[in-house]
Amino acid sequence: MASVENVSGNLQTGDQPVVKADPKWAIMGGVVSIVAWLALVPLVFLIYQSFRTPGTARKPAIWTLGNYLDAYSNSDTLVLFANSVEFAAGTAILALVVGTALAWMTERTNTPLKPLFYALSIIPLIIPGILFVVSWIFLASPKIGLINLALQNIFGTDKVYVDIYSMAGMIWVDGLHYAPIAFLLMTAAFRAMDPSLEESAMMSGASMWGIFRRITLKLAFPAVAASFLILFVRSIESFEVPALLGLPVGIQVFTSAIYDAIHSYPSNIGLAAAYAITLLVITMGGIYFQSRITAQGGKYSTVTGKGFRPRTIDLGRWKYLTAGIFVVYALMVVILPFLVLLWSSLQKFYSVPSMEALRNVSLAAYVTIINYPSVGTAVWNSFILSIGSATTVMVLTAIVCWIVLRTKIRGRFLLDQLASIPLVLPGLVMGLAIMVCYLTIGGGIYGTIWILFIAYVTRFLPYGMRYNTTSMVQLHKELEESAAMSGASWFTSFRRIVLPLLKPGLLAGWIYIVIVSVRELSSSILLYSPGTEVVSIVIWEMWQNGQYVELSAFGVMLIATLFVFVMTAQWIGKRFGVKET
Amino acid sequence: MLTVKGLNTEYPSQKGPPVKAAQDVTFEVPAGKFFTLLGPSGCGKTTTLRSIAGLERPVGGEIVVNGRTVYSSEKKIFIPPNQRNFGMVFQSYAIWPHMTVFANAAFPLEVRKTKMTKTEIREKVMRVLSAVALEQYADREATKLSGGQQQRLALARALVMEPELLLLDEPLSNLDAKLRDRMRFELKRIQRELGLTTIYVTHDQGEALALSHEIAVMNEGRIVQVGTPREIYEHPRTKFVADFIGTTNFIDGTVLGMDNASGRWNVRTPAGDMLVHAVQTLAPNMAVTVSIRPEDVEVFEEAAPAGSGLNLTSGMVDQKVFLGDFVDFQIKIGEFVLLSRAHPSMRTPIGDKIHVRMNPEKCVAIPDISSARSAA
Ligand SMILES: Nc1ncnc2c1ncn2[C@@H]1O[C@H](COP(=O)(O)OP(=O)(O)O)[C@@H](O)[C@H]1O
Ligand SMILES: [Mg+2]
Repeated sequence: MASVENVSGNLQTGDQPVVKADPKWAIMGGVVSIVAWLALVPLVFLIYQSFRTPGTARKPAIWTLGNYLDAYSNSDTLVLFANSVEFAAGTAILALVVGTALAWMTERTNTPLKPLFYALSIIPLIIPGILFVVSWIFLASPKIGLINLALQNIFGTDKVYVDIYSMAGMIWVDGLHYAPIAFLLMTAAFRAMDPSLEESAMMSGASMWGIFRRITLKLAFPAVAASFLILFVRSIESFEVPALLGLPVGIQVFTSAIYDAIHSYPSNIGLAAAYAITLLVITMGGIYFQSRITAQGGKYSTVTGKGFRPRTIDLGRWKYLTAGIFVVYALMVVILPFLVLLWSSLQKFYSVPSMEALRNVSLAAYVTIINYPSVGTAVWNSFILSIGSATTVMVLTAIVCWIVLRTKIRGRFLLDQLASIPLVLPGLVMGLAIMVCYLTIGGGIYGTIWILFIAYVTRFLPYGMRYNTTSMVQLHKELEESAAMSGASWFTSFRRIVLPLLKPGLLAGWIYIVIVSVRELSSSILLYSPGTEVVSIVIWEMWQNGQYVELSAFGVMLIATLFVFVMTAQWIGKRFGVKET
Repeated sequence: MLTVKGLNTEYPSQKGPPVKAAQDVTFEVPAGKFFTLLGPSGCGKTTTLRSIAGLERPVGGEIVVNGRTVYSSEKKIFIPPNQRNFGMVFQSYAIWPHMTVFANAAFPLEVRKTKMTKTEIREKVMRVLSAVALEQYADREATKLSGGQQQRLALARALVMEPELLLLDEPLSNLDAKLRDRMRFELKRIQRELGLTTIYVTHDQGEALALSHEIAVMNEGRIVQVGTPREIYEHPRTKFVADFIGTTNFIDGTVLGMDNASGRWNVRTPAGDMLVHAVQTLAPNMAVTVSIRPEDVEVFEEAAPAGSGLNLTSGMVDQKVFLGDFVDFQIKIGEFVLLSRAHPSMRTPIGDKIHVRMNPEKCVAIPDISSARSAA
């Protein structure tokens, strides 16, 4: 008996101890092996590949340091590195500033429209990144961008006012795209802050500004720094923006360089792997410092677990300004992008809004989409993949979390780390690692939908862990122990007590993973084959083919579907007393 | 019925040696008795109870219930909690919030190996629910119950399985004072009616004294005294017990010798020489602490009515506190301050002389640990 787990040991009475085969050990063993395989094996293959030459029929692959030499002897790599850091830092700062301002306004002021804003904050989640980028190209490209055309019309010039195909444009689009995440992170930070700390400063006679500078900012510093690192890592992993906005004008970052290396002829997987490892080191560093800061933040002990409802600051007339900021934000992030897609989806050929174009409004593009050959397959594939991976992830991680939090098995914390490894893998790197892994070991998985399934489950394991951990730490241990005292076996107690009590968290996590699976592009793009396209790939292909109108129609349908899905899920959740976590 | 022998339970700690939460815990509970583990927070009561339940795995010792060994380090026996058939009420009640009152109480019957029919279950559950006066709430969401009702539901869930042993971990501590008093009587009535062997954990000495047939006082992982409530209260064996069970006066003294007239030991203290009751053997010149409860310090304005073999002295009222049901006097006898709890009709003003009488039966001499060892 290697285990020291003691909630239900497995020794029987009798003169000789009889070991009873408890199905619980089989289930737990299976789950641990699956998680270990998913998290570790592709990574090992990626590292292996980065030290191999490309193998051909005439020349088998051999060990080499050439990939790293190629990557680092090249002066372009320096540019690549500088670009990546500039892009990621810029994006993170923009998102953080916008997100923090919005979080402060919703949490600590009496700005009007707050409820509306909360309702709106879910929407950016359902607009896939690639559609967001495309809609901003429609809005701000030098040639067809509506903003340029409108300004040119007003001032009667043909000057290009905004150019989305630039570093600034990339930062703008990705920053806006990540602003909702920054908003969520900072909202949580503001909520965790005990307002009595600020109030006692006020009682000590500090001014508003003094309180903000000397108390609020100081207390929020760990959260701000941690959020910055999270956003930095996310942006350096971004694929859609660098690929669509950077590559056409030659601004390369690591992700687009990896994609380029794979898609050049002959494809250079070793070089891509060397870039990928570099990127991995950067993201690992970011996540490491972020967890260090978060752990140290504990000393500020602003989190007491109580739900504070702090007094909100009365902004007086300034509240119309802040409400105005809400509206502008909503326009930039949701309304304008959606409207521009909707407009272009109603045209036969892409054209800017005008009275004439208005007369040409038609639903032709929607008809085309419905009859488009790969769309049906892609929708079906995405449907199966998102439901399948969300369910698999939530069940797997529920068991992993249970082992980590409830047993006393030695090394259980390693399991937690293991399931979090995919967090540091950018989607593109994950795609590359899985591709290399299953191409090398064979088994016929490459080229089937299963490889996408494996990629999604691996990528979203950390999300499942997060949702499950949050709900399981709230689940009092005695609820399970009283089931054991009532005579229930482990399996019965897991099925009848633990899972039902985790249901709100499980459902919330499941919905989230369904949505991110439908949006997934950066792993899928390296793993799909004809017949296993998913919706984001179809959009990508339409963009490459210049089918803007069809792309818009498909995008509008996709956003509408996700919207209905989220609303239904929330409505069901409310009906059955499921609370949002 | 229940025998716990040499029980040791440890918790691994992050750094350093493991926490020895229960050490050499040994006691026996006859069938149908109400046995209480009493002690300050952190002394290992819960650990002991959870070891009996099987929720913690001890590192040594033996636990036998009704002749069935449920744990033995020697014979390498450990029966998992779900096969022990002990009912347990947790401190948090652990009511499952996703189930109705009925479903909570029916759960133990549904999961047991020997299947019961729906009607059998219904009948049994309703019987138990009516025993705790919850039958009219059977179909209610369990979370919609008040604290006291949840506590009764937790009890019903433990009772419905007709357990061999009922384990209760501070079940009253989450209730407000009034409800706690009521539930105390309820609990006692149910236990006495059903005759269930019960192990009760509490840090509240009043609860322990009111409910128990027998009490084990614990300190720092060990049992320091086992006895009936009266024995524990009146004749504490250690200073710790005397202090923990209610307020007491401690008077340091030295044994003078045996008083031939009364057959009691005479002790010299700062409050004068006094005759004492000895729980352990004393010897002349031994250092002892005399413990006397404030309510056993009788006070009189006139010279106290004499009685043979009683300790009589007098002092001056130093402080007094009116507490409604009684009045506390601090009486200065020389340099020593003695606490007395008297009837509120006593109105002696501060600074006045007051007479004191103490029955030697209530003056308990506890040998100081070092001198007790040398005398033994
Ligand atoms: N799960 C645990 N891990 C480590 N130490 C524990 C654990 N539970 C209790 N302890 C320690 O064991 C000792 C006894 O605890 P406990 O039995 O809960 O005391 P009581 O119930 O009398 O308040 C305490 O010092 C406590 O800190
Ligand atoms: Mg306790």
